[in-house]
Amino acid sequence: MANDTMDLYEVFIRSRRGLDHKHVGSVHAEDQAQALEYARDCYTRRSEGVSIWVVKSDDICASQEDDSESFYDPSDDKPYRHAMYYQLPDAVNNM
Amino acid sequence: MDSMQNMDLKAATLEYVTRLGDDSVVLGHRISEWTSNGPFLEEDIALSNVALDYIGRARMYYSYAAELADDGRTEDDFAYLRDERAFRNLLINELPRGDFAYTIVRQLFVDVFNSLYLPRLMQSADKTIAAIAAKAIKETQYHLRRSRDWTLRLGDGTEESHQRMQKALDALWGYTHEMFELDALEQQLVEAGVAVDSTALKSAWRDQVAAIVEEATLTCPEDSWAVRGGRIGYHTENLGHLLTEMQFVHRSYPGCRW
Repeated sequence: MANDTMDLYEVFIRSRRGLDHKHVGSVHAEDQAQALEYARDCYTRRSEGVSIWVVKSDDICASQEDDSESFYDPSDDKPYRHAMYYQLPDAVNNM
Repeated sequence: MDSMQNMDLKAATLEYVTRLGDDSVVLGHRISEWTSNGPFLEEDIALSNVALDYIGRARMYYSYAAELADDGRTEDDFAYLRDERAFRNLLINELPRGDFAYTIVRQLFVDVFNSLYLPRLMQSADKTIAAIAAKAIKETQYHLRRSRDWTLRLGDGTEESHQRMQKALDALWGYTHEMFELDALEQQLVEAGVAVDSTALKSAWRDQVAAIVEEATLTCPEDSWAVRGGRIGYHTENLGHLLTEMQFVHRSYPGCRW
């Protein structure tokens, strides 16, 4: 069986309760169920996780390198979007 | 129970855990032959994990055997310094790696068997054996999930995968009968509450295997032949070759550490 006939799945693992799932890598598999098993076998061998998500890579819509000018540069000159830009009145103390 | 019977029970338990260790180390080594030869990377790693589970299981059984023997031997002596005729594994474990279908069908047979055997072994009057079984059953549940999935996938897959699976079923079926036989030693241990009465598992095993095999659009073979002998040290020619490879380093460099 060759990998080119199989779908690619992205693997997300939550390492401990209370933490978020983090992207750890990808696996090839025939379907979701198999992807979950391979994710278990490839990425949790040293008890790294308590929960696994697998998502077909094709189903992820990702931003492109080319988009970075229009996506991120415009916020460079807008410091007022950061909370630290504002001086709080003493009465507010810790917001 | 007088002390003489206690001695017998201890000696019998030693033989029993050695058998269970032999089953595990031989199958573990067989599966490990897929490492770097798997059909694709993910499956290669998955099979290697299964192999490691079995080798880990063998270590637990052999360590306990060494403890019972109490004659200076270690787990390594049991794995590496016994010859073919001293091994007491069931024959199904030593058969060659075969093609992927053959490996999957063997795993299905063994996994269903273990999924029935280990929960009963957890009830063993011998606390160490019960603890080993409690650890192993979790691994086996995962192994069975894999072998069941693959059986369905390949049986109900392409014409070629279906045909290879059926061929493997036919080739391995005659080796399954031996799993459900008890000799005098195991009978004695069943009565002592130490061992599992494997004869009682046969109908449940057949039902479960048949259900999976049928769902996979395959056919369970007829009981037209049966091979046995592993528990008395009569092996197929395959075990000698396996041991040659498995034991080579240890025998060439005795006591070597790295």
